[in-house]
Amino acid sequence: MHDLAQQIVSGLATGSIFASMALALVLIYRAMGIINFAQGELAMFTTYIAWQLTQTGMPMLAAFGLTIVIAFIGGVALERIVVRPVERAPQLTVVIVTLGLFTVFNGLAGWFWGYVVKSFPTPFPTSPLQIGGIAFSAQDVGVIVVSLITLGLISLFFQKTKIGLAMRAAALYPEQSRVLGIHVGWMLALGWGLASVVGAISGIMIAPVVFLDPNMMQSVIVYAFAAAVLGGIESPIGAVVGGLVLGVVLNLLGTYVEAIGNELRLAAALAIIVVVLMVKPSGLFGRTTVQRV
Amino acid sequence: MKPFVRKAGIGMFAAAFALAMTGSTVAPAWAADPGVSDTEIILGGTHPYSGPASAYGNIGKGIGAYFEYVNDHGGVNGRKIKYIDKDDGYSPPQAVQLVHQLVEQEHVFAIFDTLGTAVNTAIRPYLNQNNVPQLFVATGATTWGKDYQKFPWTIGWQPDYQAEAILYAQDIVRSHPKAKIGVLYQNDDYGEDYNAGLKKGLGKHADMITKMASYETSDPSVGSQIATLKAAGCDTFMIFATPKFAIQAMVLAAQQSWHPLTYLNNVSNAIPYMNAAMKAGGPSAVNGVITTYYLKDPANHARYAGDKGMKLYFEIMDKYLPKGDKDDGNYLYGVSIAYTMVDVLKRAGKDLTRKKVMDIATHLTESDNPLAYPGVVIKTAPNFRYPITQMIAAKWLGTDWSPTGLLVDTRSMMTTAEK
Amino acid sequence: MSFNAGKLVPVLIAVAVIAVLPAVVPSFIVFDLIFVAAYAIAVLGLVVLTGMNGQISLGHGAFMALGGYVAAVLAHNAGIPYWIGVPLAAIACGVVGILIGMIALRLAGVYLALATFSLAVATPSFLKHYKSITGGFGGMSLDTVKAPSWFPLDAQHWLYYVTWAVVGVCFLLSALLVQGKFGRALRALRDNPVAAVSFGINPYYYKTLAFGWSAVLAGIAGAFFAIATAFVSPDTFSFALSITLLIGAVLGGILTFWGALVGALVIEFLPLVAQQVNAAAPSVVYGVTLILMMLFVPDGIVGGVQRLIRRFVPPKPSQPAFQPSAPSAAPIAADQPSRE
Repeated sequence: MHDLAQQIVSGLATGSIFASMALALVLIYRAMGIINFAQGELAMFTTYIAWQLTQTGMPMLAAFGLTIVIAFIGGVALERIVVRPVERAPQLTVVIVTLGLFTVFNGLAGWFWGYVVKSFPTPFPTSPLQIGGIAFSAQDVGVIVVSLITLGLISLFFQKTKIGLAMRAAALYPEQSRVLGIHVGWMLALGWGLASVVGAISGIMIAPVVFLDPNMMQSVIVYAFAAAVLGGIESPIGAVVGGLVLGVVLNLLGTYVEAIGNELRLAAALAIIVVVLMVKPSGLFGRTTVQRV
Repeated sequence: MKPFVRKAGIGMFAAAFALAMTGSTVAPAWAADPGVSDTEIILGGTHPYSGPASAYGNIGKGIGAYFEYVNDHGGVNGRKIKYIDKDDGYSPPQAVQLVHQLVEQEHVFAIFDTLGTAVNTAIRPYLNQNNVPQLFVATGATTWGKDYQKFPWTIGWQPDYQAEAILYAQDIVRSHPKAKIGVLYQNDDYGEDYNAGLKKGLGKHADMITKMASYETSDPSVGSQIATLKAAGCDTFMIFATPKFAIQAMVLAAQQSWHPLTYLNNVSNAIPYMNAAMKAGGPSAVNGVITTYYLKDPANHARYAGDKGMKLYFEIMDKYLPKGDKDDGNYLYGVSIAYTMVDVLKRAGKDLTRKKVMDIATHLTESDNPLAYPGVVIKTAPNFRYPITQMIAAKWLGTDWSPTGLLVDTRSMMTTAEK
Repeated sequence: MSFNAGKLVPVLIAVAVIAVLPAVVPSFIVFDLIFVAAYAIAVLGLVVLTGMNGQISLGHGAFMALGGYVAAVLAHNAGIPYWIGVPLAAIACGVVGILIGMIALRLAGVYLALATFSLAVATPSFLKHYKSITGGFGGMSLDTVKAPSWFPLDAQHWLYYVTWAVVGVCFLLSALLVQGKFGRALRALRDNPVAAVSFGINPYYYKTLAFGWSAVLAGIAGAFFAIATAFVSPDTFSFALSITLLIGAVLGGILTFWGALVGALVIEFLPLVAQQVNAAAPSVVYGVTLILMMLFVPDGIVGGVQRLIRRFVPPKPSQPAFQPSAPSAAPIAADQPSRE
């Protein structure tokens, strides 16, 4: 029983990693209806920027704050320069562009900072915590709390602010929004900026756990996809819940189901993606349905 | 082969075919060994400069730096070394194509320090068929030392993974006979080699292994595995993992309040990694961890302050790789293995042939490698192809590895031939 | 529809170039060109599936892996020669491809990309898992292919001509397949699925078949990959390979068969060029090239060349200009990899 609880807690910790990354994927999907394969690499790159800033002696939280600003500007700029021209191109073109961004940012990080694994500072205490014999770390709790706060802020932003509402309108009904005087192009850029910010927060939260290297996100991104699909790819709350559920489920499958073991986790994630998309494409929390032909 | 083109194409095809025949008479002329001129020796290699294993690319850069240093100091018996190093992206097909190019186009004298077990396994048959030396491959799999009868042109360099695990096993049997061992290993040949060594070393005590947990390089975290090992009641923890996962393992164990006696494989024991683990998991994550060494650690500034070999290393880094991170052990590995390569070429003398170089490489006693751990002798014989078999055990105390005991030699434990 | 001279001439030129090439290029290039041939077959599969039918697959490396391992396991364990192994690999991939194609039916657009991407990422873990068959992470070495005694050149040239002959067969079969009703159905389903269905085109049948055929091609490519390398391991079929294939199709030109040929050349040689341009970060060069191409030449090299030709040589009114999918004249394109 105690072992089971420990596996669940450990799964929640890993799941929070998936959740925070899935949140960024969902934001882009909501804003533009595309899946950004480069999302993980962008998050990794901004995390390196944060690391670089802390190396200059800047206080940790100031460095994180500045990184978030940089991430926002970078996200907007990327949309304007690279994504905008292909906005109306076929989906395939957009997919290839995001794969190109994936390659570029992975290569740039290796070029600038090398491939040696680095530790990343954490704002949370490192000493272990225990409740009823179940051990966890402040970092684990921190990642979950920060993900929930991010989720709350995003929901508020989309539901209560004018600009948030305009963004949703632009994503759902671009033509009508244009008529209403909403600058659709900038709304999309803003969507990229926001997703990039959430990615940066995610990277900063994840890096103390998985450690910093240019390939750090490649082991996260597929699970983040699975989490987003599981929760419903248009639902921010679904992304967070999906991530946590996925973390726990994978741990339990790995520990207690001999046939899957630790070896076939990726296969399990793949199965979850395929099954959810086939059986309930809107996921646990989504409302819209996937178009089928 | 039946041409599938129609009549119009056949004449053209036949003509082309004839052309192809005349053109391909570039039969390999190994008689006068390629890659050696009066002024130059051409060596070829591949490293992963892109892809998942890019961290090891710095080994190639370290090698290049040492060769430049040697060239600036008169070269080898009057010849300069030209090292052609390509990016294989850690992909076996890519490496095979590049090695074809190096051998057939660049006419390299030998292939030196290709990296990774899969890559080296893939290129080995081709090189052996064409009698091209495949020198000092950068992997610790057992096959390099064991299968020399089938592949006489191939030789390894670094200590065998199995040998290292045997050392840990012996230490456990000797000092902790009641240990309950939990193993975290990477689920591939590298991890399996360690497991095999551990079992071999434990011998009849193999039942001390209480629980084994594997991880994939695609796993984001090994938290679940650590929880499993802890729950199984293990009090001794073997980490057979690459750096990122080894750091995670130490940190997560501490965070789950599990404090076993920990053995860490030497692939992951560089001081920057230990510091990373200490920063994230506190001192209890790393204190008392046991590992082995066979090279000097460039990040250990205090211990090697006056060391001549390290002075040479820093001099080379400052001059040829000023932007490189000197603390990165991969550079040092590169310089150290390149030293052995140059040593072999020097001993082979002015009349350089591939056969002679292979002969020297398999009759080697090199006791002056400036970056090997003091006392480590690089030693081979025609029927013994594990160049480095000596290691020193060390324990992490506070801020640094501290050697425990004397150099240990695993020579007698190695399998010397495959029947 | 029959071959007309305008289409046959470039094909014959290409065949002649391929036949003569080994005589004029260095031997290692001959070896590289065997891989180009394998890539061409796999990319052709994506031209049929993604270009003509609109199904985006980021997972065709998985079928290459299956084909490669079928050929390798048969050769390694049972001594079955490659000329039996390759067709068996094709059959195995066809069966699995149709099964996966049936799943793909239910995933539209970008969801299919996502699912196939995950398939590509998970493939190596399957290969490792079934160790007793696949040899696990360490992989399997194979004997190199030997030339028959009547063949006047060495084994490498033999493999070169065999592989390119298979390329010819694959292109020919695919051309026959997409010429007629099948091709029209695929394109109709891509361009206007609702209309296509109302015209009585059965989407399940055609889309599944397209998926199956592209898997067959990828399987053949994978088998030759294994045979040419004389080694397979999970690293041979990493997820990067799947992405590389789609990149090849798009850069070459995903709407024409010529695009498959050009795309294969690009993915073989672009990484080498990238290394020359920036040894420290070849992937940056690669990625930037990709993005620039998408911004300025989204229809790929062949598409771009075709547009260029059309600008100077306006199409004859008799020729249907709206039919981009049939292999049309782009005579020199196959020999000129992009310099971007």
